[in-house]
Amino acid sequence: MIDTFLKSLETGSGFWNPLVLGLAIIIALLLIYIIRGFGKKDYKKGTEQTKAFLSGNPEYSKDEMHIKGKNLYWGFTQALKSVYNVLEKMHNGNTSDYVLWFVIIIGALFIIIGVI
Amino acid sequence: MNWFELITLHSPPLIVAVPLLTAFLTPLVSKINEIVRNLFVLIMLCITGLLVLILGYDVLTNGIRTYVFGGGAPLPSGMNIPVRIMFEIDSMTIFMVIITIILAIICILYSWSFMKDQDGLDKYYTIILLLVTSIFGMELTGDLFNFFVFLEISCITSCALIAFYVHKKESLDAAFKYIVISSIGALFILFAIGLLYAQYNALNMATIANAIQFTFFDKIVLVLLVTGLAMKSGLAPMHMWLPDAYSSSPASVTFILVGATLAGLYGGLRVIFTIYGNQLLNTGFTFYPGLLIGIIITTLGVLSIFIGVFMALKRSDFKKMIAYTAVAEIGYMFLAIGSYLIGLALSVPDNPQMLVAGTYALKGGLFHILNDALDIGLLFLVAGAVYYATKQTSLNSLGGLARNMKYTTIFFLIGLLAVSGMPPMNGFASKLLIYQSTYQISPILSIIAIICSIMLLAVFVKVFQSIFLGPEIPSLKNVKEVPKSMLAAMALVACIIIFIGLFPNIIIDNLVTPAAEALQNTTSYISTIVGGA
Amino acid sequence: MTMIFNIPFIAVVAMIFIGLYAVLFKRNLVKMVIGISIIESGVNLFLITLGYREGGVVPIFTSAPSEVVKNAPGSMVLPVPQALTLTSIVIGVAVLALMLSLIMHIYEHYGTLDVRKIRGPEE
Repeated sequence: MIDTFLKSLETGSGFWNPLVLGLAIIIALLLIYIIRGFGKKDYKKGTEQTKAFLSGNPEYSKDEMHIKGKNLYWGFTQALKSVYNVLEKMHNGNTSDYVLWFVIIIGALFIIIGVI
Repeated sequence: MNWFELITLHSPPLIVAVPLLTAFLTPLVSKINEIVRNLFVLIMLCITGLLVLILGYDVLTNGIRTYVFGGGAPLPSGMNIPVRIMFEIDSMTIFMVIITIILAIICILYSWSFMKDQDGLDKYYTIILLLVTSIFGMELTGDLFNFFVFLEISCITSCALIAFYVHKKESLDAAFKYIVISSIGALFILFAIGLLYAQYNALNMATIANAIQFTFFDKIVLVLLVTGLAMKSGLAPMHMWLPDAYSSSPASVTFILVGATLAGLYGGLRVIFTIYGNQLLNTGFTFYPGLLIGIIITTLGVLSIFIGVFMALKRSDFKKMIAYTAVAEIGYMFLAIGSYLIGLALSVPDNPQMLVAGTYALKGGLFHILNDALDIGLLFLVAGAVYYATKQTSLNSLGGLARNMKYTTIFFLIGLLAVSGMPPMNGFASKLLIYQSTYQISPILSIIAIICSIMLLAVFVKVFQSIFLGPEIPSLKNVKEVPKSMLAAMALVACIIIFIGLFPNIIIDNLVTPAAEALQNTTSYISTIVGGA
Repeated sequence: MTMIFNIPFIAVVAMIFIGLYAVLFKRNLVKMVIGISIIESGVNLFLITLGYREGGVVPIFTSAPSEVVKNAPGSMVLPVPQALTLTSIVIGVAVLALMLSLIMHIYEHYGTLDVRKIRGPEE
């Protein structure tokens, strides 16, 4: 009984049961709640405590504070610039080039499947 | 014969006919009232859904069904090949039809308030229903030319829907690209069908599959059909129309376009597994044809995963990012299907555990079709909700939406976890099957799949951070939560996602395994038509 | 002599390649659409060529010559390729009309028909 319950999704070389994971998540959330209970209780709203601290610099406006899409993963895209150059060149928006890719794939598969 | 048996008998054509009739009745009904029109479309699609359930129950319990148009038998007197158009329905068809009807109903529900402010809605509903009809037709038919006709209908209607925002440059551009590329692909498919007809004097898939010899012309046909249908389903490097088309059409349209794309994938599966099913292990060549096709498909699948994820990481438009991840998800399916073909070829003569691993890969791939449709669909619906509320989709100008759009944020979070394969969502269940089975075929495939899945998570963390988190942006202070019908549609998808995530075995045992067995068992598909004659 | 019967097939291949050339290398959108139309005509010609049977008779039972009905009913041609071609022509007209109307809208918005200049803005 417990065996069939555990193996709810067999993957050939193992199994997976989401319900057990759900149980684990609930236990983890409980633990987090308990740990949170140990926190300091002298937090006061509307005092200096709630203000953002930016190493002593003045706070910017809300618009400028937000980390936007273009700010993220800059390092990753910069490091793989050569890959991205190729990829951007592929997606150049030209319909003829898109059809050309289709024809190239047909040609390549002809050679692979037709000849061998 | 009571009425229930009658409906069961005639359900295959009715599944196509009901949306088709509804499509042309909608302009008339919309003369009465908008609400009446929306209800009419919704109810008719629910009736279609009921028919799908009846047919599905029948096929899953009693095996393959055929429906011959214009007569009871596939052969008129004096003929030795089926010339009549016929529908052939096996478990794989049922699986795809169920996915399509779920997408269609949710799309109509979502359109209710999402498209409210647009004009020309009677035509919009007509075209949506025609697209649904064509997808059903592609999935149900057992006739190659009929398949081509439905494919072209889906091309035309998808193009018209992509160009729905006719005042926008990008939509026109995307629609033109789509129609050029897909009509060329469809013409090559027609050429291939002509070649098959020239050789075997038949258009019926089962008859052709029975007679096929894998001659030189058959190789040409295989290449043309597989390439054309892979292009329809957005496999790299023929995927470029897909991000443009997905990102510039309304969100409800994109949701149903995902279904059209998957119907192309279904066509590819039919070609490889049914028409060429008996030739995959043909010993007359240096390599098994199945091994070659498997390697090609796996390579292109891995390429799509890479390109999709890398391009998505750099984009800054919400819908375009999701569209590129859709390319990556298609790559996962092709990776799994290709792994099955490789496993099948490697299992001969004495390596049966490869076939077992391949079968699990196939199951994972098929399961991923359902999960991809729901996950990517939910994300597009969320993108549509964000667009509805703020009239923009750029990540560089949005922020802090979680304050005003609580429910949408929760739905996005569910979609994010599901699409990037985080437990306990449904995406994890199918991806786990793919990882573990491809690992036995070749560890490198599984490593790439896992890494790219992590990068998918990174992509959506970027979206989550820049759209929903962060301080309240002054220009977005008055954003309101979207209307109830859109929330209901998203909630429906989210519920299905969580349900599948928690009980994957129900779907695997009842839908995916029969579908995988139906694909593997080419002989039973053929003998239903040919053996009985 | 057998070469003569291959001419339609050579014409089919030639038309498909001419059409592909126009789609791949012409910059004008209308010329690209003409290219697609040529490919389509090539494929239709292919289907029609398949349907030709030497010495065949039109499969209309009442108007067939009586000696054919009596002696050789098998010489009536199964008209499947013709039916396919008609369907394909109708579909082709629909696609052509859709493409041309899209081109009209594209010209209104972009002011050009050069394929390199119409593209959705990246980013």
